[in-house]
Amino acid sequence: MTYKTIPILFAVFCVMITAASARDQIRVVGSSTVFPFSTAVAENFGRITKFKTPVIESTGTGGGAKLFCSGLGTRHPDITNASRRIKRSEINRCAKNGISKIIEIQFGFDGIVIANTKSGGKIDLDMRHVFLALAKKVPIDAEGKKLVSNPHKRWSDIDPSLPNIKIEVLGPPPTSGTRDAFVELAMEGGCKTFKTIKAMKKRNKKKYKALCHGIREDGVFIDAGENDNLIVQKLNANPNAFGIFGFSFLDQNSDSVKGASINGIAPTFENITSGKYKISRSLYFYIKKAHIGVIPGLRDFVKEFTSEKSFGDEGYLVDKGLIPLSKEKREKARSTIETLKELSMQEQTQGS
Amino acid sequence: MTNTLLKGFPIKEGERTETISKRRERRYAAEKRFKILGILSILVAISTLFLLIGNMINKGFSAFKQTYLELSISLPENKFPNEKQISPNVISELNFKSFLKRALLKKFPEIKSRRDKRLLYKLISSGATFDLQDAVFENPKLLGKTITTLAIASDDVDQYIKGNITANNQGRITIKQSKWIDKLVDDGVINQKFNLKFFTNGDSREPELAGILGATIGSLLTMLVALALAFPLGVAAAIYLEEFAPKNRWTDLVEVNISNLAAVPSIVFGLLGLAVFLGFFGMHRSAPLVGGVVLALMTLPTVIIASRAALGSVPPSIREAATGIGASPMQVVLHHVLPLAIPGILTGTIIGAARALGETAPLLMIGMVAFIVDIPQGINDSATALPVQIFLWADSPERAFVEKTAAATLVLLTVLIIMNLGAVLLRKKFERRW
Repeated sequence: MTYKTIPILFAVFCVMITAASARDQIRVVGSSTVFPFSTAVAENFGRITKFKTPVIESTGTGGGAKLFCSGLGTRHPDITNASRRIKRSEINRCAKNGISKIIEIQFGFDGIVIANTKSGGKIDLDMRHVFLALAKKVPIDAEGKKLVSNPHKRWSDIDPSLPNIKIEVLGPPPTSGTRDAFVELAMEGGCKTFKTIKAMKKRNKKKYKALCHGIREDGVFIDAGENDNLIVQKLNANPNAFGIFGFSFLDQNSDSVKGASINGIAPTFENITSGKYKISRSLYFYIKKAHIGVIPGLRDFVKEFTSEKSFGDEGYLVDKGLIPLSKEKREKARSTIETLKELSMQEQTQGS
Repeated sequence: MTNTLLKGFPIKEGERTETISKRRERRYAAEKRFKILGILSILVAISTLFLLIGNMINKGFSAFKQTYLELSISLPENKFPNEKQISPNVISELNFKSFLKRALLKKFPEIKSRRDKRLLYKLISSGATFDLQDAVFENPKLLGKTITTLAIASDDVDQYIKGNITANNQGRITIKQSKWIDKLVDDGVINQKFNLKFFTNGDSREPELAGILGATIGSLLTMLVALALAFPLGVAAAIYLEEFAPKNRWTDLVEVNISNLAAVPSIVFGLLGLAVFLGFFGMHRSAPLVGGVVLALMTLPTVIIASRAALGSVPPSIREAATGIGASPMQVVLHHVLPLAIPGILTGTIIGAARALGETAPLLMIGMVAFIVDIPQGINDSATALPVQIFLWADSPERAFVEKTAAATLVLLTVLIIMNLGAVLLRKKFERRW
């Protein structure tokens, strides 16, 4: 090799890196909660069809929407997973970048559980207990008029019927969709039980939200990071601690941790499916309509996702901890794909 | 002299030697303490390392074994006498799952209810179906015969056999299932074998099928690209700065910036990759090519600094001698200085590469932290890297991934040890002292 060839090689390299060819692999981004399900479908899809196995990135719901809405074409992902409904601001962002046609599929539920180790005591909570244990500011009268910063140190401070142990709760960080859902469903659920606070919602929504969604920062609630496995391990080490995580982790570790009942309902598969257990949220994925037919196998992948053997009552996603939809809703998901019905703005606003 | 000294120190001659010997003892004691401290700190470092490795081996070693069920399966007659007609499509029309189910059910004739049957079938992994299918496709003569095959067990059975989970009625393995498993163990149906799949498979959502080949090849391709860029660029930069560049304010500035670059957090390089290589150049997301370029930028300062040190340690007499017999500056460098500096340069490069190999943060931004099943075939295919695989498995809910995580860590540590050992050996072999 002479020294003259080096610049030539470098030039060839530069041409090579700029040459972006067509993509024959589906790209999915989005929620880390949906990740275990999406990957299971992708793997199966790759095995039983002639298409390549889709590539799934776990970016979080918000991060996924950002990537998804950054543009049309092979350089941008085809599907984004979400553990909440897409926001209006995200739809607007999409529209601004030329993605006006989005197909929305709801494919299941996920329960959020409050659990402790098997060897620890049993606890029956209601949402008010959860709120009083974890909120930054709590009312000290039954009506909810007078607010103080949370004085509760032990569960028995909240309600004498609860065990006399220190409150110690490990949960996900603010960036997590699980945290958003927990705050919205459990904390706000408990918050609303105070009359004055409920009335506040109409008068001053901002203040209401700050109060109901504010989690205490005095060390009682411990931010345990995005890794739910870590929370489970920490629970086993500390029998007095409780953890907040998705149902699939309870399901996988049911020999070492147990879920607390909320309003007298245990977080079991049946109770979440029937909707009796209240802290559960819907899981979605969104598809770019313009990519169907351009990226090979995209439609087949979505069909595989919504087939009975995957998201049905006894499908393989249920083995992975997914709470399935009702039969009618599953039918609806399939017909949405058949007809490629787009998400309309009005529908979205009704939704949340 | 002594008198004046003695005036300052009101002590007698005999006492004086005593003070000196006392002082000497104190100095010796201090030296001993210093030595002990040094040995202690090394001991602490080594024991922490052993704790880490021991913990990983303890957790991860069982992942190198996999539980199998030995089943005898009667396959149906070959309906396609013409060999050419046999294609994967034709084969896959046969219901291999049901053959496996039937074979397993034969061991438990007493199981009748649908519910129990479902529980029983859960003992076998979904991968067993594909293994059987592949075996028949490779050898269609098996059709019509009864064959003994090793069906891979599901992750829960595997973990139960390894004692990582206990049976309980709400758990992954029910009491009923545990009794069946115990019976199968007694009958010699269940046994453990070396887990080859761990080294030959790509990632999977089923822990028993998940392997590190995809991630290893991804790492390899990424490192190839990174070294192909960082090594020549780094060495060229070092040669210019050390041998040719004039010493002025500009080269000082460049020098400071290179040292600075070596300390920049790696995630920043990922952001750069996202903005420049993905955004501006439109390169493929998740491709080892992008990962390699980003890691090359990250290792470049290390290579430059190490190469400059190596070039600088070549004695000036060599340069002077070469110049003296009429070599041009370029000849001096390429024929005499560089060959002598190469061992040092290589050591620096290997250490830089080892650091890059363990990096996940920059790969996060460019989409290499992803679930990728297919083994990458080239630098433009989607791929992950070994540390990314560890990160992804650590985050998975299935219990069996705990041991996979530890096992993958062991593999990564082994690769790193080999690389660092290589660096030490290279230095030992080619090192010259002047």
